[in-house]
Amino acid sequence: MARKLMKGNEAIGEAAIKAGCHLFFGYPITPQNELPEYMSKRLPEIGGTFVQAESEVAAINMVYGAAGTGSRVMTSSSSPGISLKQEGISYIAGSELPCVIVNIVRGGPGLGGIQPAQSDYFQSTKGGGHGDYKLIVLAPSTVQEMVDLVQEAFDLADKYRNPVMILGDGMLGQMMEPVEFKEREIKKVDHSSWATVGMGDREKPNIVNSLYLDPQELEDHNHKLQRKYDEITANEIRYETYNCENAEIILIAYGTTARIVQDVIPMAKEKGIKLGLIKPITLWPFPYDVFNDYVDSTKAFLSVEMSMGQMVEDVKLAVNGKKPVHFYGRSGGMIPTPEGILENVIEVLGGLE
Amino acid sequence: MQEAAHGRAPAVATGIKRAIPESIVFTYQGDGDLASIGTAEIIHAAARNENMTVIFVNNAIYGMTGGQMAPTTLPNQRTTTSPRGRDVSSAGNPLKMAEMLATIDGPAYIERTTVHNIKGISRTKKAIQKAFQNQVDKKGFSLVEILSTCPTNWGMTPVESLSWLEDNMMEYFPLGVYKDIEEEK
Amino acid sequence: MKHEVIIAGFGGQGVMLMGQLLAYSSMLEDKNVSWLPSYGPEMRGGTANCMVIVSDRQVASPLITAPSALVAMNLPSLTKFADSVKDGGVVLYNSSLIDEEYQRDGITSIGLPFNDLAVELGNARVANIVALGSLLSATDICDKDSVIDSIKSVLPERHHHLLPLNEKALEKGLSLVN
Repeated sequence: MARKLMKGNEAIGEAAIKAGCHLFFGYPITPQNELPEYMSKRLPEIGGTFVQAESEVAAINMVYGAAGTGSRVMTSSSSPGISLKQEGISYIAGSELPCVIVNIVRGGPGLGGIQPAQSDYFQSTKGGGHGDYKLIVLAPSTVQEMVDLVQEAFDLADKYRNPVMILGDGMLGQMMEPVEFKEREIKKVDHSSWATVGMGDREKPNIVNSLYLDPQELEDHNHKLQRKYDEITANEIRYETYNCENAEIILIAYGTTARIVQDVIPMAKEKGIKLGLIKPITLWPFPYDVFNDYVDSTKAFLSVEMSMGQMVEDVKLAVNGKKPVHFYGRSGGMIPTPEGILENVIEVLGGLE
Repeated sequence: MQEAAHGRAPAVATGIKRAIPESIVFTYQGDGDLASIGTAEIIHAAARNENMTVIFVNNAIYGMTGGQMAPTTLPNQRTTTSPRGRDVSSAGNPLKMAEMLATIDGPAYIERTTVHNIKGISRTKKAIQKAFQNQVDKKGFSLVEILSTCPTNWGMTPVESLSWLEDNMMEYFPLGVYKDIEEEK
Repeated sequence: MKHEVIIAGFGGQGVMLMGQLLAYSSMLEDKNVSWLPSYGPEMRGGTANCMVIVSDRQVASPLITAPSALVAMNLPSLTKFADSVKDGGVVLYNSSLIDEEYQRDGITSIGLPFNDLAVELGNARVANIVALGSLLSATDICDKDSVIDSIKSVLPERHHHLLPLNEKALEKGLSLVN
C-alpha cells in the first residue's frame, strides 16, 4: 500500500477506523483538535458515529457506556481535558471495560500552555484517577508507530478488557510523516458474556459496575484486577534499545524525546562518546528488566524527558542503586535540543571521572 | 483577576463573592464555555441568585480552539466538527441560554443584546451597566448575553459576518429582556 | 543527504502548504520526510513556520536547530531564523516585503521579490509556489515533476483549473536561482 503523508492526529483517527472503531466521543482542546475533526468527517462516511460532547466528563462517560456494550470506542483530549476524564477512566478500569483514550500532551499544570510536553507520565502510569488500577500506556515516537500502536491498542483493550492510553504529545499530533496502513485482521472478540447487549438467551442480566459495598468482595475484585495486571506485565512489555552494548552512558527517553536522543548518539560518537538509548514503548508496564542487561557494562543512566522529572523515578527503580541515574528535562513546551542533551551527557561523564 | 478553568467561572466567582461579599465580581464567558462544559455551574449560580454579573459572549462557534461546533451553533451551520453542517438529529439543537436561565426563580436580570451595529452596541452598554448596578444594589444574579461575530472561524469578511449575524443568529436568538425583577414588581 | 528546511512567514502566506508540498514531493521520490508546524495563536496574523526534513535515512528529531535552508517570506522570519542557518546553507528571502539586505559569510543568501513575481503572473497567492521553485533550484531537494504531482494531489479537483498557473509559478521560481 502506498505511503500517505498524514498529520499525527489525523493518522490516529484513520488507524482507529481501520481497527474497527466506529464510535468517537470528544470535546475541543488544542493540540488534538484535528483528531475529532477528522472523525466528524470520516465516521459518518463509514456508518460510524461521532458525538461532540458537552464536556470531557460527558465524553468519557459516553465512552463508558459504549464500551459497556463491548463496542470499539475511542476518545481523545489533551492534558487538562484528560484530567477531567479521570473519574470516568477509574470507573472504566474498575468495571473492566475495553476502550482507547488518546492524550496529546501539552504543558501544565493548570491551564498550562499548548506546546508539547511529557508531564502527564505520572498521571498516565501511576493512576490519575482513584483506586488501584492500571492503564496500558503506549508511547509512540513516530506517526507510523502511532498508527501501528493505535491499531494494537484496540486489540489489547479487548484482550484484557482494560482501557489503553495512547500517550503522544503536541509535536507528534501536529507533525506530518509518511504512513502506511498495514492490512490487518480485526480481531473480533465476543463480549456477549458480560456486555450490556440485551438479554438474548441468558437468564441473568449482564451488569457493568464498579461498586462493591462488601469490603471482602472489593478486595477480591482488586486481587482479580491485580492478576490481570500481572499477566499484562508478563506478556505485553515493549521497548527498543539502540547502541546499548558497551555504551558509556545509556539514555532513557520515550516518544518525541526518544527521536531527539537518536540524533544525539552520532553527535556524541564524533566526540568519542559511546551512547546508548533505551526507548520504552509501554510506559505501563514499564520495561524494568531490560536495565539488568546493561547495568554492569554502563557507567550511568540519563533519563531525558519533557517534564521536570517523572519517568526518572521508574528508571531509578529499574537500576535499583547499582549505577548513578541522572535526569535532564525541559518543560512548559520547551523541547530539549540535541546540543542541550549532549552538553548534559558531557557533564555527567565529567562528574564520573 | 482570577483565571478559571474552562466553564467553571461561575463557581470560582461564587467562591470569591462568598469570601469577600463587598467585592464586585463578574465572569466573562464564551458560548462553548458557558453553554457547554459550564452549564451546571451557570445554572446553579443563577439558581442560588449569586450576586454577580455574567457577561456571556455568544458567537455560535469555538474560537480559541479553531472553529469547532458550539452548543449555540445554528442548525446546518458548518464548523470543523460539523463539516456537513450541524445536523440536529445527531448533534442536537442550539441552546438558548438567556431563555433557559430566565425560567429559574433566582436571577434578577437577564437580557440578550447584540454588538453588530451601533444601536446594538449602545443597548449592550446600558445592559452591562444595569447588570453591574444590580450587583452594587445587591439585587442578585445578572447576565447579559451578547451576540457577536467570529469572521475568522465563520470564514467570512468582517462585513459579511455582521449581516450573517443579523440574518441568522438574531432569528434564532431573539434580542430582549428575558427577566427583570424590577419590572415584575 | 539530509536537507533541513525552515519555511516561515505571516499566517496566510501559504508557508505551511509550501512545506507540505516539499515533504509530499520528496516522499513521492521515496525519501524519508517530516513536516513540523508551529501551532497556536501565531496562526492568526503572527509569524508561522514549518520545519521540513528530507533525508536518505530515517528522520530522527523533526526539530531543526541549524537549518540547511531557510525561506523567509517576511522580515520577522528572516530576523528569527537567518543567523541559525548552518555553513554552506541557503537563505532565500522575500524582497517584496523585506527592504534590508541579508548577507553572511559561508552561506548563500538571495533576496527575491516573490510577491511581485506572483502578481506579474496574475495571482498574488502563488508567491509561495514561486518561492518553492527558487528553493528547489537552490537546493535540488526534489524534482519539479514531483512537486507538480503533489500539487495535483493536494489541490481539490474543483481548483484544478489553477494547475497551469501553479506550474508557471514553479517554473518562474526555478529560473531565479542558478
